[in-house]
Amino acid sequence: MEKLRNVKARVFVTLKPSVFDPQGRTIVDALQSMGYTAVKDVRQGKYFELDVDASSVDKARSVVTDVADRLLSNPVIEGYRVEIE
Amino acid sequence: MKFAIIEFPGSNCDHDAYYATKHVLGQEAEFIWHKGADLRGADVVVLPGGFSYGDYLRTGAIARFSPIMNCVREFAKGGGPVIGICNGFQVLLEAGLLEGALLRNRRLKFLCEHIHVRVEQIDTPFTCGAVAGQVLKLPIAHGEGNYHVDPETSAALEANRQVIFRYCAADGSVSDTANPNGSLTAIAGLCNVSRNVVGLMPHPERACESVLGSTDGLVVLESAIATMVAKGAA
Repeated sequence: MEKLRNVKARVFVTLKPSVFDPQGRTIVDALQSMGYTAVKDVRQGKYFELDVDASSVDKARSVVTDVADRLLSNPVIEGYRVEIE
Repeated sequence: MKFAIIEFPGSNCDHDAYYATKHVLGQEAEFIWHKGADLRGADVVVLPGGFSYGDYLRTGAIARFSPIMNCVREFAKGGGPVIGICNGFQVLLEAGLLEGALLRNRRLKFLCEHIHVRVEQIDTPFTCGAVAGQVLKLPIAHGEGNYHVDPETSAALEANRQVIFRYCAADGSVSDTANPNGSLTAIAGLCNVSRNVVGLMPHPERACESVLGSTDGLVVLESAIATMVAKGAA
């Protein structure tokens, strides 16, 4: 049996560039009215921290990618990026 | 005629659907818990409105993995009529039984009001009793009803006549001001290519008695009954 180790992974889910983000729009409007006129755009996304038992970093990455594809993101409107510690 | 009303944790229009089908329309209706493994001989499946799994992650994202959804998928594949109302529509989209996704309403407001929709297509089990172009006054209650899909799929939906309800003014005209949530091309409801799976954001089941402000939702549920009667279901 392969020895398992705990791997920490991070998944960042963001709306595709072509998808309008009403929350980001509202935030940037608020920032403008607060005087942060240098902030031209905001896109809001989601951030997940995962603890994964896996025999290797590659195996952990494969599980996390699967999870991000099937549940954490909706491919119709979102993309994602995985980081492994 | 038997309606199966699927209950997810957080469904809250399950009883509205039950009341409308059983007590207003006099049909058989049964609640089926989402962990169930069969549809108990239902003729029509209703995925009701509400907040399945608290809308956590994305609306409908977790409900789509409930065990009963395998039965719903098989039922739909066999041509059985399935209707997803509001959160039920969101579940159908997440499950891939319908195409596209629903974003936050464009002005971020949770909308709870009566709107109008125009019936665009009448060759589905949930619109066959309507007249093409008929305007229905129905309630909406949602924060995420802003329909979105990529341009290629949008063109395919139009070419296949899959858009069956569009937001409109009381006179049936479609315009940006009559579009409450920013949906692409004012889409309020869709069907799949085989036309037996229908999803919509408005609530026909809450518009079945005049005391509720409209009876325009009846035609949607009555269409399903007429379809099944024509097919010979009891």
